[in-house]
Amino acid sequence: MSIPFFVISALTVAGGLAAMTLKNTVHCALALSVAFAGIALLFLSLDAQFAGFAQILIYIGAVAILVVFAILLTRGSETPTDGVHSGTWLVGLAIAAAVFAVLGWAVLASAPGLHDEAAAPVVTVRDIGNALMGRYVLPLEIVALLLTAATIGAVIVAMHEKARTK
Amino acid sequence: MLGEGILKGLAETAKNFAGSFVSAERLTTVQYPEERVPTAENARVFPFLVYDGPEWLAGLRCVACQICEKECPPKCIYIEKSKDKKPDYVGKPQIYPAKFDIDVSVCMSCQICVEVCPFEAIKMNTEFELATDDRFGGLLLDREKLAKSNEYYHHVHPTEAAEVDARLAEEKAKHEAKAKAAAEAAAAKAAATKPAAPQSAPESAPATPKPAPPAGGGE
Amino acid sequence: MAATIDQIWIFFLHWLVGFLPAAWQHAAAVVLCVAAIIAVFCTLFALAVLMERKGLGRMQNRYGPNRVGIFGILQPVADGIKALIKEDVVPFRADAVVHFLAPVVLVVTVFMGYAVLPMGRHMVLVDMDAGLLFFFAMGAATELSVFMAGWSSRNKYSLLGAMRAIAQMISYEVVLLLASIAVVMIAGTLSLPKIVDAQASYSGIFPHWYVFTPWGLAGFLIFVIASTAETNRSPFDLPEGESEIVAGYFTEYSGFKFALFFLGEYVEMLAVAGLGTTLFLGGWSAPLSVLNVLPSWFWFFLKVMLWICFFIWLRGTLPRLRQDQLMNFAWKFALPFTLLNLVVTALWRILGPGWEQWVFCTAILAAAYVFMSLVGFRANRVGPRRYRYAE
Repeated sequence: MSIPFFVISALTVAGGLAAMTLKNTVHCALALSVAFAGIALLFLSLDAQFAGFAQILIYIGAVAILVVFAILLTRGSETPTDGVHSGTWLVGLAIAAAVFAVLGWAVLASAPGLHDEAAAPVVTVRDIGNALMGRYVLPLEIVALLLTAATIGAVIVAMHEKARTK
Repeated sequence: MLGEGILKGLAETAKNFAGSFVSAERLTTVQYPEERVPTAENARVFPFLVYDGPEWLAGLRCVACQICEKECPPKCIYIEKSKDKKPDYVGKPQIYPAKFDIDVSVCMSCQICVEVCPFEAIKMNTEFELATDDRFGGLLLDREKLAKSNEYYHHVHPTEAAEVDARLAEEKAKHEAKAKAAAEAAAAKAAATKPAAPQSAPESAPATPKPAPPAGGGE
Repeated sequence: MAATIDQIWIFFLHWLVGFLPAAWQHAAAVVLCVAAIIAVFCTLFALAVLMERKGLGRMQNRYGPNRVGIFGILQPVADGIKALIKEDVVPFRADAVVHFLAPVVLVVTVFMGYAVLPMGRHMVLVDMDAGLLFFFAMGAATELSVFMAGWSSRNKYSLLGAMRAIAQMISYEVVLLLASIAVVMIAGTLSLPKIVDAQASYSGIFPHWYVFTPWGLAGFLIFVIASTAETNRSPFDLPEGESEIVAGYFTEYSGFKFALFFLGEYVEMLAVAGLGTTLFLGGWSAPLSVLNVLPSWFWFFLKVMLWICFFIWLRGTLPRLRQDQLMNFAWKFALPFTLLNLVVTALWRILGPGWEQWVFCTAILAAAYVFMSLVGFRANRVGPRRYRYAE
């Protein structure tokens, strides 16, 4: 809990709040990118280099771009004239509070398991690679299968569109 | 093989690049304004008035007939006739332009004024570096700025000027021959009033009924 | 003596920082290094712009600019002054905040990429364990600034240009990454100084650069093509095609912001050239071991400038690719070839040193190249266009 941590988390929370409350949808997407950058900085401040840079590369470089494309190619880019609040906001609030409660309990319950003064182990990219290829190879392959299915699905949907418009 | 075209293209541009340092004729541009590409002979930019002889006011060929003023499509020529007359190249007294202005910012270089002039007085110049920062009068050329000598005309359009000179000389010779014949006829008539030589009269008869050619002639 | 010149920046830095109290020395050293990097690469940017204009001119049978300063050397200065004193026009309906931030984001992210490039022996700003990943992360962040520029201008041409630019950059980024992974597989590390160290050894006088291996050569060629596309350089410059859609995503930028975009594009070009040099051309090591008397930073910058010369040469030669041709090339030719290159690299490593690795790897890559070009020729996709005229 140091000054950089507070600054970065303030940036992240501000980005998240802005993503929810701004009226222009593209501004929301950009604020979301700021939140992603904040999370990446948090990873970096914990010396998790791979996770931090992968966060920037994937979230800002691909997910944010995807969000932005989706906004632009649909009609979401038009600024709504009336308010952005939906009628079912109470249910949404309840669900969000439930998720937050579960996460908070999980984090606090796991805290006593950690040693306070132990030096954090330096995890190099090599260790991550070894773990992915050794212990976690099955989840890796399942994720790869999932991505392949998503890609094939996208191609099929696009091809169908082309066949219909032809 | 794939990529062959790219390699050939790269070789071509490399040859261009290396060659541009070695051979000067590869470079197709000139270092304007230190060098200039010579203009073609029949290039035309804006008109100018031709004068013969050393003095521009006396030798100006233009007789202010105003045909070019009437034929000019954008109406960029403004002519005011003079009150007196001065002799032209054959000696006949003609009026001359007291004012002859061309607004070259309006002129569209169509050369119609040159084509319709019966006196070979206005020709096309090839000078194009007329840019000026005087917005309101810098591009309005008056009579003095427009007058250029016949030698200058030979310099910019050699073959055309030679042809015009030949035609004008021919007209002048015809006119002089006619004048000489008329003078001879007058002299013969004067001699015929004296009761001395009746056989000189039929000699002068074939001279007179010849139709007088128009002073100057067309093309 | 040679070693002193080689490490001259390190000595200068230590001497300069020695004047300050010990607590501030590290921070001051970092600040000085950052300032030096910015200064050097902005000068190289000016040099690259000048080389481009003169080089393109000579290739097109004309002189380049030669009025400002002898041989036109001060032309970048004149261009810079012109860009700074021009009026900054922001369209009325444009999104002012995003319009302002787009060039800022671009310049910041492209300069961050220099933090991990080893520019000489022991001359890297931050020796990160995942340096290569950091570089690609910064490259990915530039796409966001392209989108911001294109969208905030509220201009159909800008938006279209931005869409095309992002699609192209994403496609070729995949290819770029996969071409670099081959190097990582052999070097065994993501840290760029260590990759250069792995290439800086010599057998006899010949270097162990990765470009001199079959998989390295294939990877290098793919890297060159993908980096040309990643930085929107001709022949892949449809998004900013001057004759196509006015100026694409930076149509509405004038004056200093345009200068920043221009700077960002050339600086990204230099950064990607630096990365390619580090990965494939041996970074700061000399081509022959006897040439090590010349300083390491000299070799690094020489290779980067040669790369830039090749970019300029390519620009002067090739016409622009259409968007669908560009994307087809990325996904249907470059990506399969890159994946095959990965397999061949693994095969290289498995076979171990000897003649087998050379023969098999070269054979597989050459066969694949010939096969794909034949298939392309047959389907009339690539190669010289054959016309059928009505009889």
